[in-house]
Amino acid sequence: MSNALMAGKRGLIMGLANDKSIAWGIAKACSDAGAELAFSYQGDALKKRVEPLAAQLGSDFVVPCDVGSAESMDALFAEIEKRWGTFDFVVHAIGFSDKSELRGRYVDTSRDNFAMTMDISVYSFTAIMQRAEKLMNEGGSAVTLTYYGAERIMPHYNVMGVAKAALEASVRYMAEDLGKDGIRVNAISAGPIKTLAASGIGDFRYIMKWNEYNSPLRRNVTTDDVGKSALYLLSDLSSGVTGETHHVDAGYHVVGMKAVDAPDMSKD
Amino acid sequence: MSDVADRVKKIVVEHLGVEEDKVVEGASFIDDLGADSLDTVELVMAFEEEFGIEIPDDAAENIQSFGDAVKFISEAA
Repeated sequence: MSNALMAGKRGLIMGLANDKSIAWGIAKACSDAGAELAFSYQGDALKKRVEPLAAQLGSDFVVPCDVGSAESMDALFAEIEKRWGTFDFVVHAIGFSDKSELRGRYVDTSRDNFAMTMDISVYSFTAIMQRAEKLMNEGGSAVTLTYYGAERIMPHYNVMGVAKAALEASVRYMAEDLGKDGIRVNAISAGPIKTLAASGIGDFRYIMKWNEYNSPLRRNVTTDDVGKSALYLLSDLSSGVTGETHHVDAGYHVVGMKAVDAPDMSKD
Repeated sequence: MSDVADRVKKIVVEHLGVEEDKVVEGASFIDDLGADSLDTVELVMAFEEEFGIEIPDDAAENIQSFGDAVKFISEAA
C-alpha cells in the first residue's frame, strides 16, 4: 500500500449507484489509502451495479439497506457487527425527491413529497448514525453530501435545498451528540457533478456551465476532487474538525456576482 | 450503417452487455435489450458524453429504442 493513511480502517459507503457517483470517488480514495469497505444498496437494480464496483475495490461486503425502513437499517448494522465487530467511518450519499418537484416553484411543493424528501434525504443520516455510533471506534468519522442550494437559491433545487439545509443543521447537532465519544460528523458541499441523481434536476447543464464560468478555479469539480476532500474528513488528518460543512466547489460559494470574463449565456 | 449508428451501437452493447446483432433499429432498450429504468438514464448520459450534445429531459423520455437514439442524435449532432 503506497499510502497507509487509512490502513486498518473499515468504512461503510451508502448510496453508490455507478462509476459516476460521488460515492464512487470517495470509495476509491479511501480504498487507495488502504481502507476496507462495505457497501449498502437499495433494490436489485442498484445491487447489480454496486457488486462489480465493490469487487473492483476488493470488497465482497455488499448489503441491502432501505433507509425508509428501521428493520432494514437494523439488519445492515447487525451484519456489520457480525462481520467486523466495530468500524471507523460512514459515508452517507443518499437523497431522494419526486423529480416533478425539482423544477418550477418551491412554493408548490406537496406535503407528501416534502415529508418523503426530508425523511430519505435528512432523517436517514440521523437514523444511520443512531445505529452506527454503537459500533464506531473512537476517532470515527461520518460524512454526508450536501449542496450550496441549502444556503442560497439555486434554480429548480427547491425542496431538496430545504432538505439539505436541514441535513447541514443535523450535522451540527450530531457533531455535538457524538463528539463526546470521539466521533466526528461533517458534510461536504460539492459543486454540481453530472451524476445519476443530478439527472433528476431541471436544467442541470445550465447550472454546471454557470459554475464552470464563474467559480474562482474556472472549472467544475470531479468525483475525484470530492473523494480527496472526503479522505481528509474521514481520516485522522481532520482529527480536530467536526460539525463542518466543507465546500468542494472550485470556490463557487465565495463568489458574489458573474465573473467579468464569463460569457453571457442563456439556458438555450 | 452510419457512423452515428455504429457509435450508438457500441455504447448500447457495452452498457447493456448484449449481442451486437440484437441491437437493431426497432430494438426497445427495456423490452428487447433487458435495460432497467436506470440503464435508460445512464445510456442517455453516455450518448451526451460521446457526442457532446445535450439531450433535454422531455426528449430523453422519448428515446426508448436504438432507432430512437440514432434518429435524435443524428438530428442533434
